[in-house]
Amino acid sequence: MSVDFAVDRQAWRHLADAQVNVELDTGDMILNLGPQHPATHGTLRLVVRLDGERVISADPVIGYMHRGYEKLTEFRTYPQITTLINRIDWLSSFANEVPFLRGAELLMDIEAPPRAQYIRTILTELSRIATFMLFLGEMGLQVGALTPPFYGFRDREHVLNLIEAATGGRFHPNFNRIGGLKDDLPWGWINECRSGMKVVLDACNTLEELVAENEIFEARTRSIGIIPPDVGAGYGVSGSNLRASGVDWDLRRDGKPYLVYPELDFKVWTHPDGDSYARYWVRLQETREAARMVIQMLDRIPSGPIMAKVPRIIKVPEGEVFVETENPLGQMAYYVISKGATGPFRVKIRSASFSNVSILPWLLRGVYVPDVITILGSLYFILGDIDR
Amino acid sequence: MMQFAVDVGWGTILAIKTVVVLAIIPLGAIILGYTFLLKMMAHMQSRLGPMDPGGFHGWFQLFGDGIKFIQKEDVMPAQSDRRIFAMAPAVVVISTFLVFLVIPAGPDLVVSNLDVGVFYALAVSSLAVVGVLMAGWASANKFALLGALRAGAQLIAYELPLLLAVVGVVVMAGTMSLQGIVEAQQNGSIFGWDGIGNPFIFGQIIGFVLFLVAAQAELTQTPFDMPVAESELVAGYMVEYTGFRFLFFFIGEFGTAFAFAGLAATLFLGGWAIPHVTDPGWSNVLGPIVLLTKVMLVAFLMFWVRFTYPRLREDQLQAVAWKFLIPIGLANILITGALKVAF
Amino acid sequence: MADDLEREQSGAAEEVSVEQQLARTDEPAAAEQARADADEADTPPTEEQAEGESRPLDDTEQELLGRLERELGEGIVESADAFGMLVVRVQPDTWRRAAEVSKRELECDYLSFISGVDWQPAPREGDEAGGDTSSPVQPTEMTFGVGGSTGRLQVFAHVESTKRHWGVTLKTDVDERDPHAESWVTTYPGADWHERECWEMFGIAFDGHPSLRHLYLPSEFEGHPLRKDYPLLARVVKPWPGLVDVEPMPGESADADTSADADQGEGS
Repeated sequence: MSVDFAVDRQAWRHLADAQVNVELDTGDMILNLGPQHPATHGTLRLVVRLDGERVISADPVIGYMHRGYEKLTEFRTYPQITTLINRIDWLSSFANEVPFLRGAELLMDIEAPPRAQYIRTILTELSRIATFMLFLGEMGLQVGALTPPFYGFRDREHVLNLIEAATGGRFHPNFNRIGGLKDDLPWGWINECRSGMKVVLDACNTLEELVAENEIFEARTRSIGIIPPDVGAGYGVSGSNLRASGVDWDLRRDGKPYLVYPELDFKVWTHPDGDSYARYWVRLQETREAARMVIQMLDRIPSGPIMAKVPRIIKVPEGEVFVETENPLGQMAYYVISKGATGPFRVKIRSASFSNVSILPWLLRGVYVPDVITILGSLYFILGDIDR
Repeated sequence: MMQFAVDVGWGTILAIKTVVVLAIIPLGAIILGYTFLLKMMAHMQSRLGPMDPGGFHGWFQLFGDGIKFIQKEDVMPAQSDRRIFAMAPAVVVISTFLVFLVIPAGPDLVVSNLDVGVFYALAVSSLAVVGVLMAGWASANKFALLGALRAGAQLIAYELPLLLAVVGVVVMAGTMSLQGIVEAQQNGSIFGWDGIGNPFIFGQIIGFVLFLVAAQAELTQTPFDMPVAESELVAGYMVEYTGFRFLFFFIGEFGTAFAFAGLAATLFLGGWAIPHVTDPGWSNVLGPIVLLTKVMLVAFLMFWVRFTYPRLREDQLQAVAWKFLIPIGLANILITGALKVAF
Repeated sequence: MADDLEREQSGAAEEVSVEQQLARTDEPAAAEQARADADEADTPPTEEQAEGESRPLDDTEQELLGRLERELGEGIVESADAFGMLVVRVQPDTWRRAAEVSKRELECDYLSFISGVDWQPAPREGDEAGGDTSSPVQPTEMTFGVGGSTGRLQVFAHVESTKRHWGVTLKTDVDERDPHAESWVTTYPGADWHERECWEMFGIAFDGHPSLRHLYLPSEFEGHPLRKDYPLLARVVKPWPGLVDVEPMPGESADADTSADADQGEGS
């Protein structure tokens, strides 16, 4: 796969337009993309000011799904909060609980047993695969191809079936407990998981052929929405979006160690371009990497208990802790302030999509309307993650 | 003229033919829509499509959709221009109807055998642009306006490759009349071998591909469906239309697809002609069936591309038309003319 | 039988204890953390401690603190460690300087978040005798967390470095009667949205912010929801009914303990 800087094409296009726009004196049009719009992944409203088909300025209006999580956490006990935060990023819901529970376990000085850690990591990677398979399919839909989303959904079903077999729930498993997990794996799950991962790898190949290697898809995504790495980091863009701009930073490898990632052998994928195609490509590779990681873990999962000794009523000692993890959407972090009660005093939820979307006013200046849709699709945010 | 037991005047025959064409348009749309949009698209996307209505693989689905649309409330946006809003779908369907008038389904089964058939067909098919622009403007909706403006630019831009693709065929056949072109293909021969006549697809393969691409753009189908971009404008210029008027647009879209596929089959695949079957009686009976088969073949190609590719952005679309297709079309005409003169 | 099934499923036959697993990791940060935890009991605390914290700073944190002290000097009020993360509280008038120093000297180019804390304990609507079981019981006196505080409101932020893989949490105090802080927008463009949210949730104005308007809430919203004296509206509309119609767990009798916190059973 050739990776070339296509920045010159941008310059040529602006040069060609410069002569035309001089004579015509047209007014601006304000267009409301959303809050009900198929391209905005939920109730995001983009107020764009257009000059013909070119965006002059864009202002995202969020908050249509604001549920007040940070206020709610002050009135809930820790196990109740686990149910709540499941729903922040609802596509990879298992991954939302992991940092919060690690924070609570750090404060209580409890360590979940190794088998529980392995199963947690496997389920986290499975939820990453589930989220990314949906992205790989529906990114094709954003640029107009009708078939890829069906292939993405079809192969995602395998992963959801696996999660359901282990936890009982496809989307919101509620499987984590402070100190471990609710239940052990069912009999035969490990072999099912292995064959499921083979299906995932095949599906990645299919979607790569169908979407990533399609000339029209490349024409629609290359050099669209380029995020320079320093600007991206300044806005707080994280996860695959920042790695697609060439920043080699993955919290599973570089952050404070959590779950069993220190024992695993995996590659962190980056791409130098920083455009929408790079973001698609990075997520494609990360899906494959996640499947390989799951197979690694299935080979090494230890036996043992799945729950540490935890008191019946959970009172977390006083303290503050900050835990950040590499969620599928980016860096998710919880800053938990506890005062020794059964519930926290204050929880600051740092969600990835909030920062990913905050770059839109900067990113959308001067692009065409179809490019707006491409960029929104490639940044891959979830409304629950933005609005909390 | 056909021989009837009873002596009927040309007016009656014209009326009968017109009624038949009027019936064929929605029927053709339904056949195309069901086979390709509902069933082929479903199977390509690993699902089944409608299976219940009508019992056998849901063949009644579109008829049921038609009934549903007819009984819906007629809603118009409050700020829309009412007369133009109501007329726009009619303009699109009328342009489709006018194209059907010259497509022959048999030696005598044509409503009007114009000497300038090809020229007329392409001319009236561009009337649809007016209908689209009317719909977009009268909807009083910014998304519809964006879609209509995109459509206007696109449909006008792709008229030229369509025309240039056809000029090669006209040069080879020596006539612009569609019946004449069919007969030229039936009676012609490929380098002396007249086993299957001379379907112009072999000599004009470039023209065929060009025609298909340009027809795809004229029908605003992916990869050229910017005006109707599902994920951006949600039906574009048709977004404010419901019920019976939307049904008209739907029939117009698939009816035009049928018409363009019919044109492609007639110009490149030999139309209703079966090689070595010259008896007019047999040809009049088998002709429509043969034409339908060839139309389905061409439509299969068009819809296959539609369900696979993403869509091109507006400026990329225009670049493809002006910088790529038109030079190829011109080169095609040059080569065809040179070879025709030489041989 | 459950143990047999587990052994059947997993490949490895031996049980791995928690300490062995920690020792087996070769990630430098993890080893460092393990060493720091192990040394905690032996080395006396070397830095100023916030209430309840007794962890010394590890090497990374000392490096960060050293660089901050070189640049900010008097601006730093307190610093402490919270589970491997450095928390530094600065004077309110050095808040923007702290951001610039973080970006330049600490090479922290990545903004994680900016938010606020309200240390005042929430007023309880009912009391235990009244049977109000709607929320966990919090201590009623005002205490401050790691790094301390001079008053009720604080602004805190976390920045990280994508190249050096370290991060620091900065805190500053906000005057309750006139809540305002300096804006970080010029240093970290992402601060735009974070500060808007902080303003609408806590009422802390940010000087130098281009347009401080509502982010999540409608424009006509009154009040600052995340402050502790702002009630949870759902409880105001309909008071918590307490435990009603509790279905006993399988095996328990109908008059099992109805403790105030109705949490799910954990693997009993």
